[in-house]
Amino acid sequence: MPAPTNSRHAVLIGWVLPVLIVVLWETLSRAGVITDNVLPAPTAVFAAFLRFLQTGELQQNIGISAWRALTGFAIGGSIGFGLGLANGLSALSRNLTDTTLQMVRNVPHLALIPLVILWFGIDEEAKLFLVALGVFFPIYVNTLLGIQGVDPQLVEMGRTYGMGKRKLLIKVILPGALPSIFTGMRYGLGIMWLTLIVAETISATSGLGYMAMQAREFLQIDVVVLSILIYALLGKLADSIARALERFSLQWHPAFQTGA
Amino acid sequence: MTAMSSFNFAEPAFSFQGVLRRFGEKSVLSSIDLTVEKGQFLAIIGKSGCGKSTLLRLLAGLDQPDGGHIIRSPVSDGQTATRVMFQEPRLLPWARVLENVAVGLTGLANRTEALSRAHALLAEVGLADRDNDWPAVLSGGQRQRVALARALIGQPGILALDEPLGALDALTRIEMQHLLSSVWQRQKFTAVLVTHDVSEAILLADRVVVLDAGKIALDIAITIPRPRRHGTPEAAHFEQMILGHLLDDERA
Repeated sequence: MPAPTNSRHAVLIGWVLPVLIVVLWETLSRAGVITDNVLPAPTAVFAAFLRFLQTGELQQNIGISAWRALTGFAIGGSIGFGLGLANGLSALSRNLTDTTLQMVRNVPHLALIPLVILWFGIDEEAKLFLVALGVFFPIYVNTLLGIQGVDPQLVEMGRTYGMGKRKLLIKVILPGALPSIFTGMRYGLGIMWLTLIVAETISATSGLGYMAMQAREFLQIDVVVLSILIYALLGKLADSIARALERFSLQWHPAFQTGA
Repeated sequence: MTAMSSFNFAEPAFSFQGVLRRFGEKSVLSSIDLTVEKGQFLAIIGKSGCGKSTLLRLLAGLDQPDGGHIIRSPVSDGQTATRVMFQEPRLLPWARVLENVAVGLTGLANRTEALSRAHALLAEVGLADRDNDWPAVLSGGQRQRVALARALIGQPGILALDEPLGALDALTRIEMQHLLSSVWQRQKFTAVLVTHDVSEAILLADRVVVLDAGKIALDIAITIPRPRRHGTPEAAHFEQMILGHLLDDERA
């Protein structure tokens, strides 16, 4: 858990380094230390950004990639959460499925790409399948861990006060597992982008990864760099949203309390 | 039971009849007979492992006996049978203080009523303005006050206290003893306190039972008039008697 910080100050400080790097990069490009065919200057990348914005290609590709990412995340995340919940609450379900899941988990999901292409071709299903599979495991594992880690003394307390299974789940078990579920969600978001980039780079006819691969064919290195930067920004955005959600729902947690 | 003659006409709150409890080969409670009258404050003292917590868990229904019977008298309308206060406060960290107290009315009152009664009870335990605090910002003593309010809000017939003050510092502990004593005198529930602190038992209880190796080794009435204070000569007399008993066992 991050220590509580003076939020505005901390956010600004976090952006000092990226800005410095960009300035240094621009300076070195202008001085001719970094040549254009290795890495174009930030201004050149920005020009490419404006160019693609005007044609509408950029918005379209970002839209498609974001849709794939979020849909895949929603599918993989809900299955992972559901199974984590089931296996955390029921020993029967856990004994039945956990061994299998742990075996599947040890196969890197990107190794399935050739198989997935054979199954689905290069359609949307292929990308959704890979993203969902990648997101599934961190959310499953952390939901399960979170539920198993709920203080048994609190559960006993809930029982002595007459809470039924439903009440116990809503008032004690889920809130107790929430910090761990959020950890899983943030891991899942990272894997979501990684999987999508790889999948779009290998087999796609649209999306950010496709845009980068097209640009490589035509030696448009500024567009390649632009795609990479956009991935970084989208990843950061997703993480920020997850953090904000986390702060909102974990107000009770000492790590998120800024004052009494 | 002769020492208890003054309670002979009172109605029993609960009664243990030949209660046995084993864990594997080890017998933790062997043939316990114990009847406690309604409104009585009973303290159970004993060394670690004497079976006192097991006895309390059986009373609270958290554990089942291997033999014998536990008879609880029915409670009147609007009352709950037994509430437990544990050594740890066991508050829900994700619920504000008011919500934590309202947990004590789970299934007994609607939300609005539960919250308003919780508010009133928090004032009674001296936490009037802390409704919206998170448990994490409270001190250890304040958390136990919240736990006490949660236990009392259902107006229990029996309040079982499993060393609830054991983890508090000496001063907070004395404050809590006075709070417990005054709440008990106002609400007149049957209190069963498990403790290893002899002076605490003498300050609070009408009757002290010493458990040793799963049997009742001593059962005496504490006849000191209330309000009581620590360190009076009468208290010292009872303390000597009980300690003598506990230490005798040590030598044997």
